Amino acid sequence: MNAPLLSIRDLDVTFTGARKASALNGISLDLMPGEVLALLGESGSGKSVTLRTLLRLHPPATTRIGGSIRVGGEDVLAMPAKALDNYRGKTVSMVFQEPGLAFDPVYTIGQQITECIRAHANVDRRSAQAEALRMLERVQIPQARRRFDAYPHELSGGMRQRAMIALALACKPSLLLADEPTTALDATVQIQILLLLRELQRETGMALIFVTHDIGAAIEIADRVAVMYAGRIVEEGTVGDIVRRPRHPYTAGLLAATVSDADRGRPLAAVPGSPPDLSSLPPGCSFAARCRHVSSRCRSDQPPLDASGATRLACWHPLEQTPEPA
Amino acid sequence: MNMNTASPEPAADRGGPAQPLLTVRDLKKRFPVRGHPFEREKKFVHAVDGVSFTVAKGRTLGIVGESGCGKSTTARLIARLVEPDSGSMVFDGDGVGEFGGMALKAFRRSLQMVFQDSFASLNPRLTIGETIAFGPRAHGVPAAQASQRARALLSRVGLAPDQFASRYPHELSGGQRQRVNIARALAFDPRLLILDEAVAALDKSVQAQVLNLLQELKAERGLTYLFISHDLHVVHYLSDEVMVMYLGQVVETGPVERIYGHAAHPYTRALLSAVPSMDPSRRTERSPLAGDPPNPINPPSGCRFRDRCPSAQAVCSAQAPALLETVRGRGHWVACHMNDPLSGHGMARAEVAA
Repeated sequence: MNAPLLSIRDLDVTFTGARKASALNGISLDLMPGEVLALLGESGSGKSVTLRTLLRLHPPATTRIGGSIRVGGEDVLAMPAKALDNYRGKTVSMVFQEPGLAFDPVYTIGQQITECIRAHANVDRRSAQAEALRMLERVQIPQARRRFDAYPHELSGGMRQRAMIALALACKPSLLLADEPTTALDATVQIQILLLLRELQRETGMALIFVTHDIGAAIEIADRVAVMYAGRIVEEGTVGDIVRRPRHPYTAGLLAATVSDADRGRPLAAVPGSPPDLSSLPPGCSFAARCRHVSSRCRSDQPPLDASGATRLACWHPLEQTPEPA
Repeated sequence: MNMNTASPEPAADRGGPAQPLLTVRDLKKRFPVRGHPFEREKKFVHAVDGVSFTVAKGRTLGIVGESGCGKSTTARLIARLVEPDSGSMVFDGDGVGEFGGMALKAFRRSLQMVFQDSFASLNPRLTIGETIAFGPRAHGVPAAQASQRARALLSRVGLAPDQFASRYPHELSGGQRQRVNIARALAFDPRLLILDEAVAALDKSVQAQVLNLLQELKAERGLTYLFISHDLHVVHYLSDEVMVMYLGQVVETGPVERIYGHAAHPYTRALLSAVPSMDPSRRTERSPLAGDPPNPINPPSGCRFRDRCPSAQAVCSAQAPALLETVRGRGHWVACHMNDPLSGHGMARAEVAA
């Protein structure tokens, strides 16, 4: 049994700015090298915060972080500034949702990728440029030679996201974080990017954490899925188990509420209510207020993440193995 | 100044059930592109280029397409938020804004719109109750009566009036705000509701609640929907008819089961197969389309889809395909040379005995 590449233990993140919000509440997670994990959840569930904490992107003045993150044996939260510079981009790299905002508008795509390569490896300009061009070709940008000298605004959305992936992979990271990389794209482009990420992941053997709110995208790309709700992981397991045999009522509700072709002509099985306020979370299970199987225990005690079943699950009243009629 | 006719009585059904509620003919809109001052030719984006369709009473027409295909511009042209360059509209038998037809004010009262961004479309300085009552008051309904109506609508969309009427938009969640937008749209008892990506910004569990509400309201009030979305699952769920747009033109339109079961246009087929698979053991292996949608400033000649189409031939660049019915009487129309036996396309289907 080899050691996990990434191991997160009891991670708490609280923002203490103008409004207090407990964004993450005791996340524990392991990721093997070369594994693809999807973090699935709705807005405010803490999936993007998890990624940003992994790269320590939150302003330290207004963020309180508890717990530990270890990547390849190193403690990320204790890393000094110099090591952090090297860690970001070289060990762990990130693809953002809005490639238009993530690129610097005043430098060409080629310059930015070249800069990234030279920042992490001791190579001369010419070979760094050659490597950058090779990356652009690798992510299937047509006429890569021409696009190398293009500014970000000259590229279409799909092309920018490809360039973003080329930038993120330029230093061959062992872990790639993808924060909703396909949400802003059209369906026909989204599937191209998903297939590209899958192909690159297989080729380089890197691990990938893919954050999404779209179950379809998660199914297309992930080996394992962790479902998040109100800053906690409520259920985690292989894609097949999560989709076919969800045991947490929230996972089941999310699957049932997702419109599919079979639903036409009848009302959708909606989950009532809306997610809780992160500044004042209830003491027990955070899903209790919306759950149909709620009991008094759910309201007072927080269920622990139990790994005894097929999936890791945090629920006092898990659903039976047969899924509810969706 | 305020005319009595302005009191928002629900507009009566005039043409009978067979008369389409809305007929749109050859709608066109182009926007000038700010180019270089020394450029000799002015450039235009042909956002909507000759769109025609009808919506039958009590039905839902879904409009799908990628970004930049003109679906939102079409909605804005219909609501007359943007003045079309050319084209005409007939609402329940009356020409809109025409001599002897229906006045624009009356038309706007029979048609309301719900937008994607629930926060941007509400006035941050008005309470929810005031927001909903604002429209009826502007049309001459007494204040007390208008706020009564607002409270009734709030409770209909599932927000307790005592709890919510005095709140401001920033105090609500996205799903609640979208319910308010729907309530406001219903304040005039409109007959046509244009939903422009109305559920796109909502989380899946909340989206299902709003979709259910829309279905209930439609049945209850005999509403007609124009539902614009890029989410093919949602369009399939809600629509009776579907219209597929590509670069400002209609490429295919027909009953929902025809479009989803027997799509005739290669673009529609590609769009449908680009939807992520919901089965982990049957993942998508090949992308149905390469590249991004082309630039609407200089669309390709002939068929606009030809440079992404797997079966493009010489005829596709020579002339634009006309929107033709696949089988007469089925209401399934497609603009593709492969559907036209006389087009000269090598893969054109043989003539079907009509």
